[in-house]
Amino acid sequence: MGNGTSIGRVRGLGSAKHGSSHWLVQRFTAIGNLILVVWLLASLVMLPGYDYATVHTWLARPFSATAMVLMIVSTFWHARLGVQVMAEDYVHDEGLKFAVLAALNSIPLAAAAFGIICVLRIALGGA
Amino acid sequence: MRPFRCEPGDFMAQANNARPLSPHLAIWRWGPAMVVSILHRAAGNGLAFGGIALLLWWLGALASGPAAYQTFLHWIWTAEPGNSLQTVTTLLGKLVLVGLSWAFFQHMSSGIRHFFLDVGAGYELEANTRWSLVTLVSGVVLTALFWALLLLR
Repeated sequence: MGNGTSIGRVRGLGSAKHGSSHWLVQRFTAIGNLILVVWLLASLVMLPGYDYATVHTWLARPFSATAMVLMIVSTFWHARLGVQVMAEDYVHDEGLKFAVLAALNSIPLAAAAFGIICVLRIALGGA
Repeated sequence: MRPFRCEPGDFMAQANNARPLSPHLAIWRWGPAMVVSILHRAAGNGLAFGGIALLLWWLGALASGPAAYQTFLHWIWTAEPGNSLQTVTTLLGKLVLVGLSWAFFQHMSSGIRHFFLDVGAGYELEANTRWSLVTLVSGVVLTALFWALLLLR
């Protein structure tokens, strides 16, 4: 610790100072997950059936579609942070670690975009 | 072969098992808190990969129309009559769904425990062990309850 120099931090000799926000966002999204995934499971339990028409009608309702989009954002973000913690613990090769972090900064975003587009299509018409 | 890891028996064959372990990294035995800790990570990563993949497949099928949704159901839950490959995948699909639901309820239970640990509560040896065990029980009980409600309505 002490007076780390800027060049020292650039060389990876100091923290990026993002640890607290990572930790906090992991908790904020955990609260979101707790509410939204329990909503999804409770909704599944209460659905009268699991055929296309029933499920589609349910998810097309504004409340369901909103909750599903929020659930995608909250859970995917939480998952991305959690997988990063795992990678930081187990991936020690610098090149591979960079590849993993690059993947973690693109794949969850792409996955969330796909999921949200699906919900919007269900909610706003189309299929 | 256990290169860097020793089981308690390696060093403590004659020792009293109830005695506390000395603070050497290589000498340890399983305890509830350790099980819950590694399960939290395993379940979380299982959900991050398997859960998200399945969720997106489900939403994608639902957004693509009745035929695509029926195909999804045929691979995951109810095989098309005469399709032996789907007979296998629907069995695996049910296993994966039960597994993912357990992973969620286990991760949720130990996650709620983490909120208490975050504010500094529950570190006393007895309380720590007790609440670790509670998350293991609640993970299984909530999974059973969820499937009972889903299937026995």
